[in-house]
Amino acid sequence: MKNTRSLSLHVPEPQCRPGDAPDFSGLMLADAGAAPRPDVSTSPHEMRELAYSLVRVLDDEGRAVGPWDPKLDADTLRKGLAAMVLTRTFDERMYRAQRQGKTSFYMKCTGEEAIACAQALVLDREDMCFPTYRQQGLLITRGYPLVDMMNQIYSNAKDPIKGRQLPIMYSTKEFGFFTISGNLGTQYPQAVGWAMASAYKGDDKIAAAWIGDGATAEGDFHQAMVFAGVYRAPVILNIVNNQWAISSFQGIAGGELTTFAARAVGYGLPALRVDGNDFLAVHAATQWAAERARANLGATVIEFYTYRAAQHSTSDDPARYRPGDEFDHWPLGDPITRLKQHLIALGEWDDARHEQLEKDCVEQVKAAGKESEAIGTLGQSRPSVKEMFEDVFETPDWRLRRQRQEVGV
Amino acid sequence: MAQMNMIQALNSALDVKLTDDPNVLTFGEDAGYFGGVFRVNEGLQKKHGLTRCFDAPIAEGGIVAAAIGMGVYGIRPVVEIQFADYIYPAYDQLVSEAAKIRYRSGGEFTVPITVRSPYGGGIFGGQTHSQSPESLFTHIAGLKTVIPSNPYDAKGLLISCIEDNDPVLFFEPKRIYNGPFDGWHENPVQPWTGHPLAEVPEGHYTVPLGKARVMKEGADVTVLAYGTMVWVSLAAAEWAGVDAEVIDLRTLVPLDIDTIVESVKKTGRCVIAHEAPRTSGFGAELSALVQEHCFHHLEAPIERVTGWDTPYPHAFEWDYFPGPKRVGEALKRAMEG
Repeated sequence: MKNTRSLSLHVPEPQCRPGDAPDFSGLMLADAGAAPRPDVSTSPHEMRELAYSLVRVLDDEGRAVGPWDPKLDADTLRKGLAAMVLTRTFDERMYRAQRQGKTSFYMKCTGEEAIACAQALVLDREDMCFPTYRQQGLLITRGYPLVDMMNQIYSNAKDPIKGRQLPIMYSTKEFGFFTISGNLGTQYPQAVGWAMASAYKGDDKIAAAWIGDGATAEGDFHQAMVFAGVYRAPVILNIVNNQWAISSFQGIAGGELTTFAARAVGYGLPALRVDGNDFLAVHAATQWAAERARANLGATVIEFYTYRAAQHSTSDDPARYRPGDEFDHWPLGDPITRLKQHLIALGEWDDARHEQLEKDCVEQVKAAGKESEAIGTLGQSRPSVKEMFEDVFETPDWRLRRQRQEVGV
Repeated sequence: MAQMNMIQALNSALDVKLTDDPNVLTFGEDAGYFGGVFRVNEGLQKKHGLTRCFDAPIAEGGIVAAAIGMGVYGIRPVVEIQFADYIYPAYDQLVSEAAKIRYRSGGEFTVPITVRSPYGGGIFGGQTHSQSPESLFTHIAGLKTVIPSNPYDAKGLLISCIEDNDPVLFFEPKRIYNGPFDGWHENPVQPWTGHPLAEVPEGHYTVPLGKARVMKEGADVTVLAYGTMVWVSLAAAEWAGVDAEVIDLRTLVPLDIDTIVESVKKTGRCVIAHEAPRTSGFGAELSALVQEHCFHHLEAPIERVTGWDTPYPHAFEWDYFPGPKRVGEALKRAMEG
C-alpha cells in the first residue's frame, strides 16, 4: 500500500457565476502612468516586467498620464472616437437584424472597440491584418464600406465573397484584411509567414494578427511564437483577453497561472500587457510594436486586457454562465466613455457633439442598411449558384465542370 | 541531357526555380544547410543563399502555416515535410486553410505553395516512416495531389507544382528515389543509371498536372497505379504473363479521367494498385469512377490490390507491401473473370 495522499484533479472555476455579485478584486491591475516605456530597441529580457504590469494612459479623471501617452492631436482622438461609436452602432443594428431574421448569425465587439479602432489608425493601409471575428473595427476605421459588410452578412447578390462564408467572416485584400477563418488560431502563424515574406523581399510592410485568450491554447499559438522569434518576423501578435471564450472563463486557457503576455517571455519575445479599454494605451502600445517591427527588430506580443460585454455571438446567452451585470462592474470601464471623457477634459468635445455623433452614426448605418436590404437579406437574394463551383482552384477541373452542369448553372 | 536519379532530378527542379524566380524559396526540417534527410535540397543553400533555403523548427503545422502566409503575401514557398507520416500536425492548416483560402476570400487571396514529402514504404521504416496518406488529401476540395514515379516526371511535375497558383501536395515515393524498385525485394537494387526515364534535361521543362502517362501499352487489362506501384505493376504483368496496359496516374487531383476511361474501354478489365490501406483509399475512388464511366465495357470485376487495413508493420513489411505476386494474382483473377 502506498502511504501517500490520494491525488485530486483541479478544474478551474471562475469566481462568479449567475446570481453571484460580480467580483473583480483579484485582477492584476496597475495605475495609469505607472508602467515604464522602454526604447523600442530594448532587449526582451530587460523589459520582462511589462508582461506582468498594465500599460495605462487614461486615469480615472480622463487625463492622459505617464510615459506611454501617445500625445495624439484632438482630430485623431475624435477620429478614433467616431470609429468606435460607428462600430458599436453597426453592431447594434446588425444584432437586431439577426433577431429580425434578416441573417443567420452575428457577433458584436461591444466593450472591445478601442483595440481594433486604435490599431487601425496606427497600422498603414499596406500592412496586412490577420484578424479574428471580433476586429470589425479595423474595417470600419479603415473606411471599408458598411454596405459591403452588410452584403456579406446577408450573403446577398452583392456579397463580396460570393455567399461562401458565415456572416461576419469578411475578407478584403484592398483593405489589408485577411479572410477570417472559423478555425481559431490558424491565422496567427500565417501572419508570421506573411511577415517573413515581407522581410525576405526587403519590403517595408508589417503584419498584425489577433487571437483570443481562449485560442492561445491552440498549437498554432505556440508555432507562431516560435517562428516569430526564430526568424525575427516583423509582426505584431495581439492577444485580446476579453475574459470569456464562449462560456469558458480565461482560467480554462491557463489565464490564472500567469498573464497571457508572459507567455512571450519563454519565447524571448518582448511583451506588453495593456489596458484594452484605454484608446490611448492601445494606440501607444501598437505604435511601439510597429516601430520595433519596422526597425527590423522583430515581433512584439501585446495582451489587451478587456471584457467581452456582449454575447459571444447571437447563438449564445451569457446569463447562463456569468453574472448578468458583470460588465457594469468591470474596473477598466467602457472604451467609448473613457475616450469621450478625455476629450471633454481637454475641452475638445462635449455632450451635445457626442449626441450628434451618435445620431450621425445611426444615420450612416441606416443608409447603408437601406442600400443593402434593397439588394436583399439572407434568402431574399444571393449570388449566382455557379459561384459554388468557382474559386475552388484557379481553373476548375473536369469534376467541377461536370458537377456544375449537373446542377444546371 | 544528364543522367539523374529522383533525388537529383528533384534537386534540379528546385535549383531551376530558385534560379529563375526570386519569389521561390524552400525550407523544412533539416532542409537548409544539410539539404534534407534525403538530400533533395543538397547544395541549394550554398548556391542560393541562407534566406532562400533554410532550416525550420520541428513544427509541421508552423511550417505549412508560414508557407500559407508567404503564399498570401505573393511568393512561392516550397516546404519539405520530412516524412509524409509527420504531416498530420499540418493537416488543419492544409485542409481548413490552404485548401479554402481562395474559395472563402472570393478569389482575392491565393496560396501558391508546394508541400513536398517523402512517402510510402519498402524501406523498413515502420509505421512512422512508411505511410501513404494521399487519400486524406484527395478528399479535400481545393488541394492538388501529385505523386511521380521516375526522375523525368519528378522534375517536370515539381516545376509545374511550384508554378501552379494553388496548393499542391507532392509526395515522393522514397523507395524509388534511387532506382525503379519493382517489389522483388530479395533481388539486388537496380539503380536509375541507364534507365530512359533517368535521362533528365538540366534546364527548365514541365510535365503538366492532370495528365497520366501510359507506361506500357497492353491489350488485356488496365492497371491504374502511381509512384512505386507503377514499377511493381510492370513486374507483376511480366510475372503473370498478362498483356497489361499500365497507366501511371502521376497526379491524383486533377485526375486524367480520359486516359483511364479510354484504356478500360479498350481492355474491358481493370486492376487498381496502391500501397495505402484499402478502406477509403484512392483505389475506392478509382474503382467507383471506372464503374461509373465504363460499366458496360467491363468484362470482369474491378480488382484492388492495396496495403492491408493495419498500421504499416516493421517486421512484416513484405507481408504488408502489395508486391508483384499479389498484383500479378489480381491480374490473373481479372483475366479469368
